[in-house]
Amino acid sequence: MARTDAKKDVVIVGLGWTGAIMGMELAQEGLEILALERGPNRETVPEMRYPNMIDELSQGERHNMMLRPAQSTVTIRRNLNETALPMRKWGSFLLGNGVGGSGVHWNGQNWRPQPIEMQLRSHIRDTWGEEIIPEDMTIGDYPVTYDELEPYFDRFERVAGITGAAGNINGEVQEGGNPFEGWRSGDYPMPPLPVTYNGIKFAEAARAMGYHPFLRPGGNASTSYVNEYGMQMGACNFCGFCERYGCYQYSKSSPQTTILAALFRKPNFSYRTGAEVLRVEMAADGQTATGVTYFDEEAGEEVFQPADIVILAAYQIENVRLMLLSGIGTPYDPVSGQGVTGKNYGYQITGSTSMFFRDEHFNPFIGSGINGVCIDDFGMSANDFGALGFIGGAYISSAQTNGQPIRSMPLPQDTPAWGAEWKSGIAEWYGHQMSIGHHGSVMSYRGHYCDLDPTYRDRHGRPLMRITFDWHPNELRMNAYLKEKIEEIARSMQPDVMQSSYKDYNSRYDVRPYQTTHNTGGTIMGATPETGAVNRYLQAWDKHNVFVTGAGAFVQNTQYNPTGLVGGLAYWAVDAIRRQYLRNPGPLA
Amino acid sequence: MRIAIYALLAGASALAVGWGTAISSQWWFAPKLTTEVDASDPDLIARGEYLARAGDCVACHTAPGGAPFAGGLGLQTPMGTIYATNITPDPETGIGSYDYGDFERAVRQGVRPDGAHLYPAMPYASYRVVSDEDMQALYAWFRSSVEPVRKENQPTTIPWPASLRWPLAWWNMLFSQPRDFTPPEGGDPVIARGAYLVEGLAHCGACHTPRGLAYEEKALSEDAGGSFLSGSVLEGWYAKNLRNEDTGLVTWSEEELATFLKTARNDRTAAFGSMSDVVEHSLQYLTDDDLTAIARYLKSLKPRAGREQWVPQEDVTTAALRAGDFSAPGALTYVEHCTACHRLDGMGAPEVYPALKGNSMVFADDPSSLIQVTMAGGRMPDTPAHPMAFTMPGFAHLTNADLAELMTFIRNSWGNHASSVAEADIARMRHEIANKPTHYAPEAGQ
Repeated sequence: MARTDAKKDVVIVGLGWTGAIMGMELAQEGLEILALERGPNRETVPEMRYPNMIDELSQGERHNMMLRPAQSTVTIRRNLNETALPMRKWGSFLLGNGVGGSGVHWNGQNWRPQPIEMQLRSHIRDTWGEEIIPEDMTIGDYPVTYDELEPYFDRFERVAGITGAAGNINGEVQEGGNPFEGWRSGDYPMPPLPVTYNGIKFAEAARAMGYHPFLRPGGNASTSYVNEYGMQMGACNFCGFCERYGCYQYSKSSPQTTILAALFRKPNFSYRTGAEVLRVEMAADGQTATGVTYFDEEAGEEVFQPADIVILAAYQIENVRLMLLSGIGTPYDPVSGQGVTGKNYGYQITGSTSMFFRDEHFNPFIGSGINGVCIDDFGMSANDFGALGFIGGAYISSAQTNGQPIRSMPLPQDTPAWGAEWKSGIAEWYGHQMSIGHHGSVMSYRGHYCDLDPTYRDRHGRPLMRITFDWHPNELRMNAYLKEKIEEIARSMQPDVMQSSYKDYNSRYDVRPYQTTHNTGGTIMGATPETGAVNRYLQAWDKHNVFVTGAGAFVQNTQYNPTGLVGGLAYWAVDAIRRQYLRNPGPLA
Repeated sequence: MRIAIYALLAGASALAVGWGTAISSQWWFAPKLTTEVDASDPDLIARGEYLARAGDCVACHTAPGGAPFAGGLGLQTPMGTIYATNITPDPETGIGSYDYGDFERAVRQGVRPDGAHLYPAMPYASYRVVSDEDMQALYAWFRSSVEPVRKENQPTTIPWPASLRWPLAWWNMLFSQPRDFTPPEGGDPVIARGAYLVEGLAHCGACHTPRGLAYEEKALSEDAGGSFLSGSVLEGWYAKNLRNEDTGLVTWSEEELATFLKTARNDRTAAFGSMSDVVEHSLQYLTDDDLTAIARYLKSLKPRAGREQWVPQEDVTTAALRAGDFSAPGALTYVEHCTACHRLDGMGAPEVYPALKGNSMVFADDPSSLIQVTMAGGRMPDTPAHPMAFTMPGFAHLTNADLAELMTFIRNSWGNHASSVAEADIARMRHEIANKPTHYAPEAGQ
């Protein structure tokens, strides 16, 4: 029944951002590489072609670009006492699928973490003492520092074609940038895009209050751009169809626009779509992996693909699942606190205030995924955790990413949701609204983790991933603090109507409304096998030829969108593979 | 009756003389060379490889997905399909038994060793000017470095009597006389090098020079009437006017032209259709010096009288579109379907989305290419230096009326001015695209 294919030097599971980076960098070493992608092929033309792509019903509502829950899904519960149930329609987060992965359907918002976020436990201990850390908070230090990663953040930004204005070049604070950001060795590869009126208005209000507004950095091109692989992008036109869509015009940073066509030219690289990896196979002695077994959709059979190096480059959730299914690392036990695989699942907390101005026009149909002005005055490095009573931070921004008709019709909350009054509400308020929101950190906790569901299985009979997560008082306190700060700014802008949407102290995690696809942890990095599933080079502690990329490595989530750290870690890890591992295969730490 | 018999006899003997003349003509005009070529000389081989790229031999002599140079690609002609032959050094099915003299006669004179004439789909009329040294290098490379492939040649689908090859000798006498390369006046060695490549191996005229009734290129080098490289329609594409004149290349700088030839893209336009293949298979491999020479030579082609400059009209379109005035016929269709990439100012983005403003493909005398690329889409080549094959999707789903209005709008906006496009033109192109031989069909991306 199972077929065995010819051995490769490297097999990569998943062809999204990190699979493409790993593939490209290792292909340059002349290795024979095969990438296995669960979903379909996707190219700008025809799969994302204009105008078919920008169909909100298909993409925005029915999630055509996403993993079909019938193929695979997750189960969710909020604590150890609940029974997890499977998600049958995506809500809180959207799992990508197909070539390009989530790098196709993201907005493009790209940040680096702050230096202190990488050594958070030490920073707290040195500043306030470890006693301010709640008993069940399992935060730690990443086993790699910001300074070590800086060249790799820079590399990823240059490959991905990130626009923005630097706030700190080699320690010198730059006018117009984010003064709270970590140092960078050079400016962004492209200047920022212009911003819409809401951003200008927010910037004025924020500046008047003594804050430091700056344009959001990210992967929406502002000029024609060529990266180190010869890949090109053209300037964004603010069509307002980024998140949930593939970019039809080569303007959004994605594996397709920045890596894949150059990678596909390499004769030593190949990839298969419709190839869902079922498990990593182990050598008899259990010390190394021998390859992976995948289900070949077209042939309808299982295939064993032998390889010397296995790279798990799937989404965080699938990476954790493959590790647990394959016996890589010790499964985490939330009761004893022992084990590492599945530990420290993290997410993001958000909230926003909406403002309506009867006499102002915001033209919401003009937007881009990164469009917006931010302030970082309430970020991690600015917050006095000891005095504030919570550990965390957030950036605040006024975004305008789209004016799509189904999901972007904000109305004052007393307006009916349907009927004639809804229509007249739309007529009265469409285009007169802007909002200010926050994007905040979520710490790691003993009870927030991923494991294999005891009940629900996928079509191959494998247990689904079970996520246990809920809001913790620490984050809810931070959220209340940010609500106060945002409402203060909003009030200063004197809107005709103002309404807020934040979690309160009784809020429980609700998987239905979309919040963010920033799922982190579970394959966390650690300085020792007791504290991490992978070492500082994303190498599995107990299987030296298995590397695990992606946001699963995050010890705790940062306050920012994760892609910058994901990309930086991928370049950092592959550099270690190129320089050290290929010469001398074995544990790198 | 007697007169009829005489007439028949006279006719028969004329035909016999004609036939005799034709089949023996090769011996008068084309004595077989006896030069010995050292096919193991590495320098000669290396030069031959470069020249084979310049000649783009691979483009026609390789079937889609087939072995290089093993032939099989079908070329549509009005008479039927001609299949390019196997030119690998296989002794039985390829050119493995050719000595240099055989090779030279086939490439430069269009005659096979068995005396049969090649169809002029093979651009031997252009290759006449290729130098002996270059011919020898080509021979050395084909003999030594191309992988021999055993693959029988496929007969043409041209029906009898058109399939008879001997009348081609007359065609040759009329249209492919032996000639040596004559450098253009002025003595500039760079221009001379450009002319040598353009007229010869690169055979640019095969697509870009209009053809006469007998399928002959109206000029094989610069001519007094200025028909050389003045633009021609082929498989529904208008291979643009390359002369240094209004709808030709007068608005292009030498650098822009050289960049385009190397990368298939520059700040004003992008290659599509067959030109995309030419860059992918041939031009990207040429040295910068040779590309500059080609560009400089093309820029030296004299404009025809009254066509010296391109004088754009005032751009009133940008302001109108920016003000939300879509009242011009075609404007709304443009804004709905084209603005995303080509923008309200018709300027696109450098190296990525071609400009429509001031783009001489857009306001060319013949709108075929504009119509076809709009309906069927286009794809830039992907090359090692520029792996990004930017692709324009096709818009054939729009109605003929909408497309005709749109084409007319684009040809007459942002200062462009050109003839209008009729619904019948769109209908004709729709038919042409639907009946296109698959080997040249662009990916419509539907």
